[in-house]
Amino acid sequence: MLEIKNLNKTFNPGTVNEKKALTDVSLKLEEGDFVTIIGGNGAGKSTMLNAIAGVWPIDSGSIFIDDVDITKLPEHKRAKYIGRVFQDPMMGTAADMGIDENLAIAARRGKHRTLRWSITHKEKEQYKELLKSLDLGLEDRLSAKVGLLSGGQRQAITLLMASLEKPKLLLLDEHTAALDPKTAAKVLTLSDKIIAENQLTAMMVTHNMKDAISHGNRLIMMHEGNIIYDVKGEEKKNLHVSDLLAKFEEVSGGEFANDRMMLN
Amino acid sequence: MFHSLLNALPGSVAQGILMGIMAIGVYITYKVLDFADLTVDGSLCTGGAVAVMLILNGVNPYVAMLAAFVAGMLAGLMTGFFHTVMGIPGILSGILSQLGLYSINMRIMGKSNQAVSVDKYDLVVSLRYITSAIVVGLIFVVVVIAILYWYLGTESGSAVRATGSNEHMARAQGINTNIGKIIGLVISNGLVGLSGALYAQYNGNSDINMGRGAIVIGLASVIIGEVLFGKLFRNFALRLFSVVLGCIIYFAVIALVLQLGLNSQDLKLFSALIVAIFLAIPYWGAKYRASHPAKVKEETGKEEA
Repeated sequence: MLEIKNLNKTFNPGTVNEKKALTDVSLKLEEGDFVTIIGGNGAGKSTMLNAIAGVWPIDSGSIFIDDVDITKLPEHKRAKYIGRVFQDPMMGTAADMGIDENLAIAARRGKHRTLRWSITHKEKEQYKELLKSLDLGLEDRLSAKVGLLSGGQRQAITLLMASLEKPKLLLLDEHTAALDPKTAAKVLTLSDKIIAENQLTAMMVTHNMKDAISHGNRLIMMHEGNIIYDVKGEEKKNLHVSDLLAKFEEVSGGEFANDRMMLN
Repeated sequence: MFHSLLNALPGSVAQGILMGIMAIGVYITYKVLDFADLTVDGSLCTGGAVAVMLILNGVNPYVAMLAAFVAGMLAGLMTGFFHTVMGIPGILSGILSQLGLYSINMRIMGKSNQAVSVDKYDLVVSLRYITSAIVVGLIFVVVVIAILYWYLGTESGSAVRATGSNEHMARAQGINTNIGKIIGLVISNGLVGLSGALYAQYNGNSDINMGRGAIVIGLASVIIGEVLFGKLFRNFALRLFSVVLGCIIYFAVIALVLQLGLNSQDLKLFSALIVAIFLAIPYWGAKYRASHPAKVKEETGKEEA
């Protein structure tokens, strides 16, 4: 479904701030895979998602979605295949526009935007039903400006927007990290529901190891721009946080040893 | 003195309406697109120059104004090209267009001022017939607002609005934000060109300096309209109309301070400072709210999920 081959990305090359963010990353996702991605700060999790979404060009490698080469496509053209929810709740929605207007824009993702009216009456009814299913009381505030809503409400709407026009791939980039624990749990449950109902292929970056284990069918751990651990199915189900912690220590311990060797 | 002020009022209203179309253009870039576009200072004169030169060459004034509209659009396209294709920051792109347009405007006019007399030509508006200028200006305003209201409500128009509101969201939803910005700049400067064509006819000449400080008048109109009528007018069409009202008030205030004895040389400094203060109000307001969080919580607490 998604295939990444030998992805490389270095930020600020040739400067003191040079950072190898991705080194030769390859990954293949099957249709319907729900992959959780964990790793320390700067491991390359968000960088990998941004590379797939096309936020900036990659240095080398290739990205395919359903055998379509999207490596050279600009971000807005990849949006035809990809739904996204960001860490920052402000990023996924247009604050100055109504809830209905935001949804209507998302419903036309990947389609030509014409001179027809931006939202139909039928759509408004459909959005009302969808908002009702969120159970956040938003169905009565259809035309309220999104800027008036809380972070959790905005993330819930962004999730709806990402799935309204069914994407081939859903990218969730720590989309609950900026929320309070209660709201985060709500949004996570909603994500599960949307992914299951639409049978989406999804990638979710998270800092929470428990969430990474309990959600999805596959788990990837990244470290210094590489995928260092990849489990799925039964093996993943039987994972414990302590296993992941041990893995973390193993890799960062290795790094420590390397640093010491370099100092000598 | 009061009497002479009253005499000046209809003229201020007419000027405010005709320049109000320019101010609507500024609203499109500054408010809808979130782009401070300084092209305006050049494209206003481009519109005036194109219209006056065509009229002097015997072209129908309405056709001349259509040409001025298109010329303004091309000026906007130039700024859009600088910004999106060449990656030049928005403000600088506008400054470059503005500078380049000075030469283009001189080329169009052949000299720095071209007069067009209402006695010889069948002009659309003239300060000789103020009442008629007000009526004709209002018709233009209504048509412009109606078309904008329609366009920004379409799928394409709402993509432009999304581009201005949140570029990340727009791109993630498949909107080409470069195209969105160019469309906004083109429409905006087209209106500025149209306004220049009307204003030049009104004054009976196009002048190379007629656009100097136009962006400030536009911003002043947008801000005055928002501050005075923002709470009253929620509908988008009425918001656009409040910009025109803001422009009328601007010209009335200018007429007033001139009556009160302000030296006309000091007028631009006066305008700049007034606009600076109005621009500072939201910033100061935000600062005040940040340092008094308790009060704000009470007001917005009900919005929390």
